[in-house]
Amino acid sequence: MIEISGLSKTFGLGANAFTALDDINVEIRQNEFFTLLGPSGCGKTTLLRSIAGFVDPTSGSLTIEGQDVLPLPPYARPVNTVFQNYALFPHMTVAQNIGFGLEMQDRPKAEIKQVVGEMLELVQMAPMADRMTSQISGGQQQRVALARALAPRPKVLLLDEPLSALDFKLRKEMQIELKRLQSETGITFVFVTHDQEEALTMSDRIAVMSSGRILQIGGPKDIYDHPAERFVADFIGDTNFLEATLQSVAGEVATVTLPSGKTVAARAVQGGGQSGAVTLAVRPEHAVLTKESGLLDGVLENIVYFGTDTHYHITLDGGSAFVVRKQNQPNTGEGFEVGDKVGVSFEAGVGQVLRD
Amino acid sequence: MAKSRAFDVRRQTGFVPIALLCFLVLYLPIILLVVYSFNKGESIAIWEGFSWQWYVKAWQNEKVQDATILSLIIATSASLIATSAAVMAALATTRTRGFRGYTFVFALINQPLMIPEIVTAVALLIFFAMIKVATGYTGLMYLIIAHSAFCIPFAYMPIRARLQGMDLNLEQAGADLYGTPWRVFRRVTLPQLWPGVLAGSMLAFVISLDDVVITEFVKSAGQDTLPTYMLGQMRRVITPEVNAISTALLAISVALVIAFYLLSKGGTQTNRE
Ligand SMILES: Nc1ncnc2c1ncn2[C@@H]1O[C@H](COP(=O)(O)OP(=O)(O)OP(=O)(O)O)[C@@H](O)[C@H]1O
Ligand SMILES: [Mg+2]
Repeated sequence: MIEISGLSKTFGLGANAFTALDDINVEIRQNEFFTLLGPSGCGKTTLLRSIAGFVDPTSGSLTIEGQDVLPLPPYARPVNTVFQNYALFPHMTVAQNIGFGLEMQDRPKAEIKQVVGEMLELVQMAPMADRMTSQISGGQQQRVALARALAPRPKVLLLDEPLSALDFKLRKEMQIELKRLQSETGITFVFVTHDQEEALTMSDRIAVMSSGRILQIGGPKDIYDHPAERFVADFIGDTNFLEATLQSVAGEVATVTLPSGKTVAARAVQGGGQSGAVTLAVRPEHAVLTKESGLLDGVLENIVYFGTDTHYHITLDGGSAFVVRKQNQPNTGEGFEVGDKVGVSFEAGVGQVLRD
Repeated sequence: MAKSRAFDVRRQTGFVPIALLCFLVLYLPIILLVVYSFNKGESIAIWEGFSWQWYVKAWQNEKVQDATILSLIIATSASLIATSAAVMAALATTRTRGFRGYTFVFALINQPLMIPEIVTAVALLIFFAMIKVATGYTGLMYLIIAHSAFCIPFAYMPIRARLQGMDLNLEQAGADLYGTPWRVFRRVTLPQLWPGVLAGSMLAFVISLDDVVITEFVKSAGQDTLPTYMLGQMRRVITPEVNAISTALLAISVALVIAFYLLSKGGTQTNRE
């Protein structure tokens, strides 16, 4: 559907040059909910704007359904954008905003009227069709922006942090609504966010970005359970990092020796080495705490109660910190006390070896 | 200034009297001017009773009629030309990314505000004299061109302010929704800009209507605008007819200023979320 290869963008010249996109390679599939996730300034907007045609890439290629779109101006690309601040036309009504794209395409009046009506229904804004856009709430503006971008039936819908201005409840509603629209319309969604939870709950696939590069592409579970790099593991969720020694790799299974001297099977990383010092990532909820000695041993430093779960902060024998997260049960009272000597264990295949 | 309070300029000795004096000097003559335009007698200093006669006289005076028509033609043309130029200049200075010599272009547009008017007037006089010799044309175009030129910065300022306050994303949204540059300008940029365009054109209109110095230098024989006609009259006999014309001009200006104020206020309101 969208194929991007070797795409780079450098702003400025000479000493002021800044590489905002660095050799981006990605293929986005038909009717996929594809998310660009990364911290502020990592180049998400720049990548999105390159697809829309507002940024001219320095090098690389970008095709949509096999057609090279880089020579095309924004108005000739089969792509619509939901802007971060909505960018609704303040001098037009809700209905006129939604019809704008169709009008620019010189569609017949009757068709415009019909499609605008359908879109108003779709985003549940029909009662407000004749309001000016300054007279509707933030969440309603967001829905109008969505309807305006969907009305011309683009092949691709680009969304730049469209939910970031909404409060928590509305945000949850809109997340569900977006997923519904995506499956109802069959349009490919490219969604930008820096909210990892939003990315995990909504996406078919996620591309994690940092400093202009894509570090990892994969499904939400894949990215969460098997981060390939330290940055990814750190950015999404909480993670324990262990200094370990790689003994051998057989396919996806890596055998590593922990600082305690014990050996465990972990998941190998693509393109990683066969042996040597590596970092092992273990999610806090994937480890268990025991009173007996475990894979790792240490002293319980702190217990933090969070309602749904409890975090146990442990100082391992080597001196490094480790957190175990345990879901709370009705009959609590596991009997762990601060200062106890405890063991930490995790099953084979749970740890993930990281690329350095 | 006995006790030390937080510094407040209003507490300076004599601030209030000075401020009042300024207002008095500014507005008392205008009030007198208006009052004496209704004088029954020929004097502009001795009150002899109320009458409309000077307005009637001015209205029937053919020279005043001609000068009024000329003033309106020039002010309207200059306002239209200056506003169009100002829209383009404002687009060029806000919509393009900072280019080399940006400050220079900016200064160039605002040049008429900074160069003494008399210098511009003399320069135009010499320049147009050369053209007159070369072409033999002595028509109105010289005045219209001159007025358009010095009105541009006045039209430019409110338009530029409006453009700068405008969300760039709107135009990008227009382009994203299949609008070609021209259609985006017509359907998105211009409607947003409209209050600024109106305000700018009215400002240009008033400035042109009011000009004496450049008009006096550039005009050919027999081309009198209202201000230059009045100036000519003052050199001979001064009657309240001049007061009457001034009062009429004042009324037009005040009306336009009020319209300008209302428009720019309405503009900021629709701009708000
Ligand atoms: N026109 C420009 N000129 C120079 N540098 C730019 C320009 N646009 C973006 N950048 C730089 O490129 C980098 C990436 O910007 P971008 O807007 O893509 O970040 P982002 O990932 O969308 O961040 P955020 O989450 O804050 O929106 C930033 O460091 C930014 O300063
Ligand atoms: Mg951004």
